[in-house]
Amino acid sequence: MSKESSIVYRSVSDVSGPLLVVENTHDVSYNEVVKIRSPAGELLTGTVLETGRGRAVIQVFEGTSGLDAEVTSVRFTGETLKLPVSSEILGRVLDGAGNPLDKGPPLTAEDHWDIYGSPINPYARQYPRQPIQTGVSAIDGLNTLVRGQKLPIFSGAGLPHNRLAAQIVRQAKIPGEEGDFAIVFAAMGITATEAQYFMQSFEETGALEHTTLFLNLADDPAIERIITPRAALTAAEYLAYTADMHVLVILTDMTNYAEALREISAARSEIPGRRGYPGYLYTDLSLIYERAGRIDGRNGTITQMPILSMPQDDMTHPIPDLTGYITEGQIIVGRGLHRRGIFPPIDPGPSLSRLMKEGIGEGMTRFDHKEIQAQLYYAYSEGRDLRDLVAVVGSEALTDRDQKYLKFADRFEADFINQGEFEDRSFEQTLDIGWNLLSDFPERELKRCDPETISWARDKGVYKPS
Amino acid sequence: MTEVTGRIESIAGPVVKCSGIPAVRMYEVVRVGNQQLIGEVIEVGDEEFTAQVYEETSGLAPGEPVRSTGDSLSVELGPGLLGSIYDGIQRPLPELRKLSGDFISRGLSVEGINKEKKWEFNPSAKVGDKVQPGDIIGEVPETGIITSRILIPLQVEGEIVEMVKKGEYTVIETICKVKDQHGDIHDVMMLQRTPVRVGRSFKERVGMDTPLVTGQRVIDTFMPQAKGGTGAIPGGFGTGKTVTLHQFAKWADAQVVVYVGCGERGNEMTEALEEWPHLKDPKTGRPLMERTVLIANTSNMPVAAREASIYTGVTMAEYFRDQGYDVALMADSTSRWAEALREISGRLGQLPSEEGYPAYLGSRLAQFYERGGRVKALGSGDRLGSITICGAVSPPGGDFSEPVTQATLRIVKVFWALDKDLAARRFFPAINTLTSYSLYFTTLEKWQRANMGEDWPELVKESLALLQKDQELREIVQLVGPDALPESERAVLEAARMLKEDFLTQSALHEIDTYCPMGKTYRMLKIIINFAKKMAEVVQMGVQVRRILELSILDNIARMKLAPWDSYDETMDTIENKMDGEFQSLLQEMSESGLLFKETAQ
Repeated sequence: MSKESSIVYRSVSDVSGPLLVVENTHDVSYNEVVKIRSPAGELLTGTVLETGRGRAVIQVFEGTSGLDAEVTSVRFTGETLKLPVSSEILGRVLDGAGNPLDKGPPLTAEDHWDIYGSPINPYARQYPRQPIQTGVSAIDGLNTLVRGQKLPIFSGAGLPHNRLAAQIVRQAKIPGEEGDFAIVFAAMGITATEAQYFMQSFEETGALEHTTLFLNLADDPAIERIITPRAALTAAEYLAYTADMHVLVILTDMTNYAEALREISAARSEIPGRRGYPGYLYTDLSLIYERAGRIDGRNGTITQMPILSMPQDDMTHPIPDLTGYITEGQIIVGRGLHRRGIFPPIDPGPSLSRLMKEGIGEGMTRFDHKEIQAQLYYAYSEGRDLRDLVAVVGSEALTDRDQKYLKFADRFEADFINQGEFEDRSFEQTLDIGWNLLSDFPERELKRCDPETISWARDKGVYKPS
Repeated sequence: MTEVTGRIESIAGPVVKCSGIPAVRMYEVVRVGNQQLIGEVIEVGDEEFTAQVYEETSGLAPGEPVRSTGDSLSVELGPGLLGSIYDGIQRPLPELRKLSGDFISRGLSVEGINKEKKWEFNPSAKVGDKVQPGDIIGEVPETGIITSRILIPLQVEGEIVEMVKKGEYTVIETICKVKDQHGDIHDVMMLQRTPVRVGRSFKERVGMDTPLVTGQRVIDTFMPQAKGGTGAIPGGFGTGKTVTLHQFAKWADAQVVVYVGCGERGNEMTEALEEWPHLKDPKTGRPLMERTVLIANTSNMPVAAREASIYTGVTMAEYFRDQGYDVALMADSTSRWAEALREISGRLGQLPSEEGYPAYLGSRLAQFYERGGRVKALGSGDRLGSITICGAVSPPGGDFSEPVTQATLRIVKVFWALDKDLAARRFFPAINTLTSYSLYFTTLEKWQRANMGEDWPELVKESLALLQKDQELREIVQLVGPDALPESERAVLEAARMLKEDFLTQSALHEIDTYCPMGKTYRMLKIIINFAKKMAEVVQMGVQVRRILELSILDNIARMKLAPWDSYDETMDTIENKMDGEFQSLLQEMSESGLLFKETAQ
């Protein structure tokens, strides 16, 4: 398919939004890369969105400003979009399309990989089972992250999701197994300050040398965001499956990505789905998220933590909604908890890790993990329900049992969810805190726990009922 | 049909416009481009036609050749299906992995059923027998659970003139020759090819009077599915659609299970693949995979193949139904299938109706669900088979008013409504008992009275009434607090709490609780309803609810769901006796202290 055509077309007929239409084309393939020379002499890149009948529609990643229908020249390369990959990509800072931004040399290439990748054969996958200790109790104790999982952080404007993500990157490890660990960080449309914060945080902990950054900042071309996560995941796939590393991919902010997709869709006058997003948004997002995983017979893994800000904290907005249908759970950053000064303000109610059930327990975290997780969830949601009631009838009207649950909810937030930004708790510590909090309840109230587990906790001295 | 070659005119995603094949028919399979990607014709025009391509189309260019095949999209049916895992167009995933490694590349062509493997064939028909389509001519012990029955295919009718002996044959060897009334000889082999888009023929539909027992208490009790019925399980993400469907696939008392993972997560299919071969069928003790066919077209696999996967699955289900088996088909998720329809329809430039979905969404959904049912199969004798269809629906934002949910609800007879609030409290299965329904209640009543207990329908009614009353009271409590309620109503709240905590919640992860035999379900419900009645009774006499909650029988009831599958009767007997005893001694104690309103007869 490498035909490296030397034909240069000057037959641009239409420039609209991010799209360029070229006439009289021959044998242009779907999705092939196009090089565009602007009247000012700049070299731009695009890909073919539609081809046929001597006409090709091209999306231009850098945007079409400055392009015209007279002088602009277009060359079709015959290649699909590829990223040069090698282990030396670690420690580099690249732009959203994978070109070096740091002062370093051009990327060395052991190979060129198609950034769109190919779907993993479900038969070749291995079910993720190794827990990652993030050191954050609200995640480790209640919604454990597992290697090979895709677990997004749903947040909103003004919430500290970046600090949480940075803390996870600093602390994430598999206890007793410090293997080859790498981070691929893809920024889509975040501000320079936010990017700076992450870089600084990586630098301070020495993480920068095993990190690759793909930066498409807020003032960078919006359409480039279409390829940023794909380029980042291609690098991650190389590191995981060829260099045997455990890769954590942070994608932030997926909302900006979806908006770029919507812009292209609108420019092509496609029939919109919900809120103007294209009908194929689900499929498109799944092509990104499903690149996380673990493959049978290969050592490396790809774990994804996409971050997205929910417009008006609305979880039913198409972006968080479709994301939640693809990812294996979600971590919700809650505004209520944040206002009460709790950090990290992770709201356990709607948060969920679908893969934790196989990744916790004897030999992985601790044998009592499943039971205590269920018990803490039960007690906290009872307490939360009672808060609503107290607001109406006052706390005097509650029974003794209810008073205990009410008190528990407050202590649970203050002591379990709440922790320092630089406090790194082990699984052991997290679970012990949980038992301590449950000491308010008599044994028979702990219906989610086995009697044997309860007496084990009592012997250990972490469950001390009065 | 001779091969005709045309050319590609234009490409937009999975939709490719072609020209140059005048005789091309709707839904014919075509091979597209130099890599011979598999496609299907979905629109025929004057000179041009449009194909949807089942593989990624990057790199495809106008001018590349298109070849017609003359075939409609079909599946291969025969011994070897069970235990297999396929993509949406019946390519075995393990074979694809052998060809292209861990990632699926394009233009791979693999046959659905192994043609070299030899199967043990036991003929049951003999030379001279008159046969018609659907007649059984022999059997193949395919797996430890299922014996594959070999049927005379459609269009073959007459007298058997040759029949092989018992022995080992491949699926494409001729096992039988049939001479029809014109004297023509037809070769019959074990393999059949069936187009997926039309249902396989049967004699007639019959009534549905047996439940599909799922082993899930809330479902078997309050919204039972019938064998041959259709049901939908809508819910936002995280409410447990997939877990519930997996539970059905594992524990439902169907003989064959076809599980279609349609546009969902890769890891979920992997979980099924890794776990199910190790799970034992509670009745036969054999691995569950021996009765299961998996179709995995995950969300990142090509969208057009996702559209086809549902039909591939239901055609396989029909093949087993025609052999006289009760088949359960799970489709997770029909919303992703509908989205595939929407995407293709959009690329064709069809006028959209609600939320961009094509106007034919409702009729396509209905056609699919109508392929379920309990039927008399073709052939001599009254062989009954059924397909029960359970489809997950993924409404955007958990909003049930969206088109796919609404179109589905107009068709299906069982509705399991998943509730986001319950899921957030980790109350699983998060099925809302008050909004869900089953329209099979009356048809199943006779079976239930005979097989579970004469009083079962009454127990269910009482439980529902209790839950309804509970909800009303809770609204009052929200306004005035629990103190304002009289003791009798507090007793209702406590009884409902027991019903919810100790009966309705069921852990899919617990090795015993994951499956609840019908008999155990019956006894558990009976104990709880009895407790509720006794509690109401003694509260009437003046006993305080607080005192009843101190009874140690509550702990026994809380743990009764963990009673083993084969010996739960002992546990339940113990609980019933202990319950009577504790209530009596409570009454006695109260009566001795003179705290009762009136003396009891006990």
